[in-house]
Order: sequence, then C-alpha cells, then structure tokens
Amino acid sequence: MTSIKTPSTERPTPPDSTPAAALHSGTSDLRALVLNNLRQSGIYVALVVIVGLFAILTDGVLLSPGNITNIVLQYSYILVLAIGMVILIIGGHIDLSVGSVVALTGAVSAVLVIQQGYPWWVGVLAALAVGVAVGAWHGFWVAYAGIPAFIVTLAGMLLFRGLTLRVLDNISLSPFPSEYQQVAAGFLNGLLGGNGFDAFTLLIGAVAVAGYAVSGFRTRVARIRYQQPVESFPLFVARVVVVGAVIMYFAWQLAHARGLPIVLIILAVLVLIYGLLTRRTVFGRQVYAIGGNLSAAALSGVKVRTVNFWMFVNMGFLAAVAGVIYSSRSNGAQPAAGNMFELDAIAAAFIGGAAVTGGVGTVVGAMVGGLIMAVMSNGMQLMGIDQSTQSVVKGLVLLVAVAFDVYNKRRAGTAR
Amino acid sequence: MDDTILEMRGITKTFPGVTALEDVTLAVRRGEIHAICGENGAGKSTLMKVLSGVHPSGSYDGEILFDGKPMQFRGIRDSEANGIVIIHQELALVPYLSIAENIFLGNERRGRSGLIDWNFANAEAAKLLASVGLHENPVTPVIQLGVGKQQLVEIAKALSKKVRLLILDEPTAALNDIDSAHLLDLLRALKEQGITCIMISHKLNEITAIADSTTVIRDGRAVETLDMRSDEVTQQRIIRGMVGRDLDSFYPDRESSPGEEVLRIEDWTVRHPVQDRRVVEGVGLSVRAGEVVGIAGLMGAGRTELAMSVFGRSYGRDISGRLFVRGREVQARTVAEAIDNGIAYVTEDRKRYGLNLIDDVRRNVSAAALDRLSKLGWVNGNEEIKVAEASRREMNIRTTSVMAVVGKLSGGNQQKVVLSKWLFTDPDVLILDEPTRGIDVGAKFEIYTIINRLVAAGKAVIVISSELPELLGMCDRIYTLAAGRITGEMPVAEATQESLMELMTKDKELVG
Repeated sequence: MTSIKTPSTERPTPPDSTPAAALHSGTSDLRALVLNNLRQSGIYVALVVIVGLFAILTDGVLLSPGNITNIVLQYSYILVLAIGMVILIIGGHIDLSVGSVVALTGAVSAVLVIQQGYPWWVGVLAALAVGVAVGAWHGFWVAYAGIPAFIVTLAGMLLFRGLTLRVLDNISLSPFPSEYQQVAAGFLNGLLGGNGFDAFTLLIGAVAVAGYAVSGFRTRVARIRYQQPVESFPLFVARVVVVGAVIMYFAWQLAHARGLPIVLIILAVLVLIYGLLTRRTVFGRQVYAIGGNLSAAALSGVKVRTVNFWMFVNMGFLAAVAGVIYSSRSNGAQPAAGNMFELDAIAAAFIGGAAVTGGVGTVVGAMVGGLIMAVMSNGMQLMGIDQSTQSVVKGLVLLVAVAFDVYNKRRAGTAR
Repeated sequence: MDDTILEMRGITKTFPGVTALEDVTLAVRRGEIHAICGENGAGKSTLMKVLSGVHPSGSYDGEILFDGKPMQFRGIRDSEANGIVIIHQELALVPYLSIAENIFLGNERRGRSGLIDWNFANAEAAKLLASVGLHENPVTPVIQLGVGKQQLVEIAKALSKKVRLLILDEPTAALNDIDSAHLLDLLRALKEQGITCIMISHKLNEITAIADSTTVIRDGRAVETLDMRSDEVTQQRIIRGMVGRDLDSFYPDRESSPGEEVLRIEDWTVRHPVQDRRVVEGVGLSVRAGEVVGIAGLMGAGRTELAMSVFGRSYGRDISGRLFVRGREVQARTVAEAIDNGIAYVTEDRKRYGLNLIDDVRRNVSAAALDRLSKLGWVNGNEEIKVAEASRREMNIRTTSVMAVVGKLSGGNQQKVVLSKWLFTDPDVLILDEPTRGIDVGAKFEIYTIINRLVAAGKAVIVISSELPELLGMCDRIYTLAAGRITGEMPVAEATQESLMELMTKDKELVG
C-alpha cells in the first residue's frame, strides 16, 4: 500500500461560503496545474505556437483583419462537423459519411430554393430535416441492429453521395437568392454605427469576456464552497485577462474588417450549447460513460441504445447545419461538395485530444484542433505552398498529435 | 542442502513520485515452492516484473543472481532464455487460437521448409498437456476452455520453454476450489521434477498448505522470510507480517435481526444467450431486511448468471419466473427498472463491468444514479462533488482527491468506489458478486465492516462467493447452487465447508 498523500492544496476551514473566500485560496503551483492538464494545455500551446509561426512566416498577413475573417468563413463548416464528430468519438463511434451528408443536404436545399423557387428558410428547414433523417438511419443501424459505426457510415458515405448525384441529376445548381447567401457570407455590421470599425462587434466581444469572467468566478466560488482545489486568485485573474485579451483582439480585428460574421454567431452558439451539453447534462455524461466502459455503463442503467441513437441523430443534424453553411458559402450545390470533410472533422477531434478508444475528448478541444488545421492550411496557402506539401504537413501534424497523446497517456497511466 | 537458485539483492525500484520497492532482498532455494504475500500495492508484482525483465535492467537498482551468476535481463525474452517464466494474473492466451498454437506462440518450431510443422507442434503439445493433467485435444480453441483449464495451458506453455523457475501471480484467484486443489497438486508434482516455483497469493490457506518458505512484503520492503518447514507458521502469523498487526478476527461480529422480506424470486429460469440450454432452472430464494444471504456454488453453477438475470435481465434470454420486491411483484426488464425497484448488483469483475477506469472517482460514484443529482437533464456538479466526498469519507476510499482517476486506485479502493456507486442508488437489496476478489486482507476486513453497516441499516444483502469461509463468516443463511438449481438452504449455524461442498457438487452430472 503506497502511503496516503495529504492533499497538497490548501483548504479553507471552516468551509467559507462567501465570495470573499474566492480571493484568498487556491494553489499557485503553475507547473502542477499545467502538468495535470497537459493534454488540454498542450493543444492550446500548439495553437499559439502555430499561429505565431505562421504570423511570422506570412509577415503578419495571417493576423490581418481580412484574413481572420476569411479563416472563420472558410472553416466554419468543418468546426460544426467537428462538434458532432467529437461527441461520436467520445461515445466510441465514428462517422465517415458527413461529407456526403453535407452534399446531400445542400443539394436538397438547392433544389427546393433554386429550382423550385421556395423561400430560403424552406430550403434550410428541409436540409435540417434530411440531416436528422440520415442521422436516424445511421442511429438505427448502429444502436438497434448492432452494426459497427465504421461500416454503417462507410455505407452511408457511398449511399448519400449517390443520392446527392440523383437529387442534383449530376449537375451543379446556383445561385442562391441573397438571403440564403447571408448565412455564410453575411455580417452584422453598423448596427451601432462606427468610425472605421464596428462598435457592435466590440460590444459582443466585451459581453463574451464578461460572461467568461463571471461564469469562471461563480464556478470558483462554488468549488471553494465544496472544498475543491482551485487555482490561486492572481492566477485566475491572469487567466481571465489572457483569454479576454485574445477575444478582444479577435473582435477588434473583425470590427476593422467587415464586422461580425453571421456564421461565427452560429458557431459560437453551437459551441456554447454543446460544451454545456457534454459537460453538464445527463446525456453528455452517458456519452462519456458509454465510451469509457460500455459494459459498466449498461450495468449502471444507462440506456445505451437510446443514447447511441441520439448521438447519430445529432451528428446528422450538425452535418445538415454544415451543409447549409457550405452551400450558402459556395452559393450553390455541387455533386462533389463536401468531399473529404469527414477526414478534416475526425482529424480536428483527435488533434483536440479525443482518444481513439473512446471516453475521452471535449468540444472545445475539437474546436482548437480544428483551428490548428485551419490556421495551418490558411497559412500555407498564404505562403503559396502547393497542395501536395500542405497535405503532407497536415498528415504529419495529425500523426504527431495522436502520438503525443498516446505517449502522454502511457506516462500518466490513464487520464482524461 | 540449502542450494540457492535465485538471489535478488538490494532491489530498489522507483516510479515517478513513488518508491515501489526499497532495498528488497529475496533468496529462493532450488526446488522449493516460495510464496510471496503482502497487501495489494505492497510491491509483489513489481518485484516479479523486475525479476522477469518486464522492468529491464537499468530501470532499477540492485542485482539479480540466478544460479550464482549475475543477470541483466533487458526483456522477458532474456529471462525466458534462462528458464524464468512468469504467468500473470490476467491470463495471456489468445482466445481464438488453439491450445497448441498458444503453447508455441512466439516460440514456433519451424520445419526444414521454414514453415511451422503443425503435426510436430500438436504432438508436442499433447505431451505437455498430459504432463499437466489436462485431457484436451491440442487443436481445441482456448476460448472453449474454462479458466482453470486455461491456467493449465499457461503452465504447459511455460514447460515448453524449459522452465526452471516458474513464477505464478495469483494463480488461483479466478479458480474454484476443485480447480485450485488440482493446480496445487500440479505445483507439487512440478516440484518433484525439480522446478522451482515462486507463487504470489492472497489465499493464506493455500500458502500454509503448499509453500516451503514465505516472504512477506509490506510497503515495498521485504519484511521477513518465514521457513514453513521448521516453524509452525499459522495464517495469523503471516497476516501479522502483512499488515503489521494481528487481525483479531477475519470477520467482524454482527447482531443479526432479520426483518420483513425484501426480495423473493420464484421459479426463476434463464436460458443461455446463444446456446440451447438452461443456465438457471426453477430457482427460488428470498432475502429479508437486515439479513445476509449467501449463494455458494462452483464455477459454472450459474451464480453470476442468476444474479445478472434478476438485475434487469442483463444476462440470458427467455427469462421466466416471478420477482417480488417487498411483497409486490415487479417487472424489472431493464437495468434502469431494476435500479428503480431498489435492486443493486455489484459485479464480480469491477474492471470490466463495474467502473469507467479512465474517469474520476466522482463520476463513477454518480454513474448509476445521475437522476438523483439532476433536474431536467442538467447535472448539479457541485452536489455531485459533495456526494463523492461523502462516499470517500464513509467508505475510507484512499485517494488524493475525488477527481483522481479510478484506474490508478488499488483493487480494494476501486471496490469501495463500486460499492459507493451502488449505495448512492439507495437500494433495498444489494447483490454482491465476489465482493472481495483480488483485494488484500486489510481491505477485505473493511468491506466486511461496510456490509455489516449496511445490514444494520436495514438493507438486504446477497453475497455470492467462491470462498466458503467468507460465506460462513458473513452470512445468516446460505443457499447452494449446482448446475443452475438450488440444491440446499441452511442457516449458517448448521453449515460447514464440508456440508456446503457436498450440496454444491450434488446432481452435477445429472444436469451437466
């Protein structure tokens, strides 16, 4: 029996429930905090390094207002897919069909809006309905027929690509009416006026920072009340200041370009909702439980089939959201749309710390993983590096990221 | 003729943050059976990993002398080349390969063409099987064998490597009494052939029965080596070495005052999920509040199958029979319904079926009753921490924090986490399947104390165990199960190991 260690973090005694306690408790051991969260902090560090590297290599073009806006517009649909994908991967599944589903939902929308002349929102709703139906189809085969997701969605990849060709009759459709284009190309700009920059964007940025600080502080107070270890107050403030600075810089750059992209709002709302869904809800917990140990979850009363089914329905829904954004951005539907998107989404999830064996991963991690891919692609494009080299670099980054993860896990025994 | 075959001198092995072994010295005489015992986490397995080269030379301090020569094993192949073979607790056989393929795995004999000569291999395997007393065809896939026979295949595999020092890590942990006795006989026979054996075991009765010497390891140090031939070394004496204190009694005392009936099953019949046979047949039993009821049965008698089929039909098909909770008939068709009806089942295999090993203590404790912590699907994370902290205190779970990953805890502490999880569902009846398997003596005592506390609080407890002394020490009443049928029921005062064993083996050949 190894000796029992006394908790290294100081604990307020007696338990103090006043917010004032939040000011003078917690650990400042930065090294321990970083090491304990190596998997998570590792990807943040990687993102910062990669952004810095390409900012230098592109002489600052990477961080120019126009280019930041471009990155958001260009990779938003991959990030949306990555949200659904990381949830499936946590649950121990995979979805290879999302590229085809992006194409199919975009095609259905295009046929209704462009060919049949329905209003834009009919196209959007129809696309979402098709996505949900596709997800239910996959969910049925995986959850109730017991077929591995790899096979089901590999079949789906072929199946829905075929249906896309059928729906489009093998031709491309364009253009969408201007309202539909707004989804991916629209901006909220000038709502509060501005002098060369958009005040509304800055306001939203400020609200986001305030929300982050307040919710962080509330979590901190609650944790102290329940006598859980927290970081020291100066460290907490430093964290809020750094994150706040990054958000405000980002908002400032957007405000100097075209304002707040509508698609960024959609993405932010999805990240917020799914971040909470995975961490704070019973459903989210059950996804982790199933991925971590299927048998133990089943014997704990988790309705495994139901949870698996809804995971896939959700993926279908998010694939449809991505399909709408992509068709809006490309201003039409093409038979080959969304090709290989599944691989980008899967790569984002794994770079973001999800484990191949399931049970591990976070939505925020997948977003950071997706941004790493996005910044690398964008940076290399700006430098004029050809497609072949880009592909080689992205492949190696994926491999290194997962290798690091495996090494890390082996070193730490097991860890989330 | 005290001829020393193995000497380990001053072995110190550290992992980041912990010293697993500290200046351990071990001497093993040629041709003896040398037992190593100690609590879980004492460092027994680490010591054997150092010896077998799993922890390679250079990753530890100290020296190993085998046959008087210093050895530096860089891996398991090095140690096996010298005739040191380790059989791990979790058997390392490939389930879909045949016995012969498993025996020669990684050690295949090639014919002149460079291809494997399977006729030779099968014939050779048959000889090895005969020498371990296993009468099976070498081409039989290992998955078709029971755990006891698989253990014998492992030993045959070791013999094929010209073993001189055989290391067994908890060889009888998963075996029933008959298979265990058979294994011990085999070890004696191997000893006659001059094979030295090191055996790690928790089962002190086996150690006193078979070992020539016993080394006790506590907190990473070799505390003492007892000569089992000259001294009259008792189990109590070994326990004192292991825990550094005398355990007055293995089983804490308890006042027994059963109340009303909590759970009753009638005419319970379960079919095997794929094969066409009944695993449980016409079973009826009942348990009352404040009562501990034991189920004794050999491996394959259908104990776990019975328990799991009652627990939300999580095993088997075509389940028939009636289930009553507090006198009311209930339909527990899913695990969730069983939990709602106040039934909890603590599995015999906590790593596979009980815990999410990569998650923390907190989320494992709440996993079976998240609805008690949530409103409209939202989990109250702070309450969850509070619940986990309360469990940690009450169960004495030794962990730095409830945020610690469960996979890193010792077996006994993991078992306490599983118990905490099921207690948080607030059950009326707990079915404990092998609740003390693979945990050390100190933790066993703690588990027994927890069971007594539950019973005192009016819970009904069913204990399934392979260890008859445990049933006799803990239960008020014991049922015996053989080939899926109840063959007897008796108050513990009337039961003895012999009378139980007789009932457990009754009618076996008739139904088999």
